Amino acid sequence: MAATKKHRRYGMVVDIDLCTGCGACMVACAAENNVAPAPERATDRTGITPMRVYPVHNGAPGDRRQTAFLPLMCMHCSEPPCESVCPQQAVELDEATGIVTQMPQRCLGCRYCMTACPYHARYFNWWDPQWPVGMEATLNPTVAPRSRGVVEKCNLCASRLHAAEDQATAEGQPMPATYVSACVEACPTGAMVLGDLDDPDTEAHKLAKAEGTFQLLAKLGTRPKVYYHSSRPWVRSLSERNAKEQAHA
Amino acid sequence: MRSAILFLAGLVSVLTAGWTVFPRALYKSSPQPLQFNHKVHAEKAGSECSSCHEIRADGSFSGIPGIANCAGCHPEPQGTSLAEKTLVEKYVKPNVEIPWHGYYRQPINARFSHVRHVKAGKLKCETCHGDHGKSSSLPPYEENRISGYSRRIWGAKMLRVNIRPDEGMKMSDCENCHAQRGVSAGCLGCHQ
Repeated sequence: MAATKKHRRYGMVVDIDLCTGCGACMVACAAENNVAPAPERATDRTGITPMRVYPVHNGAPGDRRQTAFLPLMCMHCSEPPCESVCPQQAVELDEATGIVTQMPQRCLGCRYCMTACPYHARYFNWWDPQWPVGMEATLNPTVAPRSRGVVEKCNLCASRLHAAEDQATAEGQPMPATYVSACVEACPTGAMVLGDLDDPDTEAHKLAKAEGTFQLLAKLGTRPKVYYHSSRPWVRSLSERNAKEQAHA
Repeated sequence: MRSAILFLAGLVSVLTAGWTVFPRALYKSSPQPLQFNHKVHAEKAGSECSSCHEIRADGSFSGIPGIANCAGCHPEPQGTSLAEKTLVEKYVKPNVEIPWHGYYRQPINARFSHVRHVKAGKLKCETCHGDHGKSSSLPPYEENRISGYSRRIWGAKMLRVNIRPDEGMKMSDCENCHAQRGVSAGCLGCHQ
């Protein structure tokens, strides 16, 4: 039992075969984490989408064409390249939870981490966040908004983990607390599961070990804690393709 | 000799300016909207800190109590003082929250869990809040004109040497206490 275990390794398992590409996770993520509506001139690289549903296809013509959707977020690597390149120590692999954290207050905006991240999971705040009048009332008080000039990314809804820990403490329940992130909660098909990958009792642990489960770009040695699952071989093969192969596909 | 005296005179005047004049200019002092006597509430009403500043069942902290807490015992003025009259007429009857200045408010990116410190860490309220619960009046709220933070964050002592947990609430104060007790929090533990 993990009740007395101090260190956890939170991660996610996403079943691509269940993902319909509806984008509910993206909306839930933005609402939870106080991501302001993007200005009109924002593009898919200058806007901020810590959770991004990325469409892929098998490249076949006609009715043999197949499409899949990959919900992409920070992979919370166990060997995070963003952490080692940061000159400000604004990125930290949290020992207790395994979450790769980003401290916007330390970030100087050099964007080296964005270059280092092979998953394009990091976003730069090109503009100060602005909410339409009245929408400030919907802001989440447990997440600090980020200002212009800093990098941000998914932190696995750490504020929800904190709330769960507080509740477990108040109730005298054993730690570590279990919690769900906003994206997992919003997913209508239950395609995403979050949990302690080291705890053999969690669904996330079981699914991460299941057949057909893979990590994106595992060959790079970043050891992501976000796993994907698909029964379709062409989807699994995408995870190891490099940009050159992608271009010819 | 003359230059030494000049040097010392200069040093003393600069230190005086830095240690006494500057803090006065830096902090804007404003009185609380209403006087509150913690001592009377603790002694006469038998209140404990947690009677009004409660940790809720979900682990969140109520902070400064709302007007509903006051209304429970003060639907009508209890005594003849002006503060009582103001409390009932201006706040309790129209059900308006008292715009208290929070002495201990941290910036939004800092996160502090009372339940983790009080219940899991077994810290007493007094450890960080000193004698505030025994005070008979509320001192004026002092706000840093530049940062907008309460003076209690830096603390009253300009020379921050060997300060107790109730004398300052900067990040370094949190870190020192955590280091002394061997409790690691990482960035994520206290930032959101």
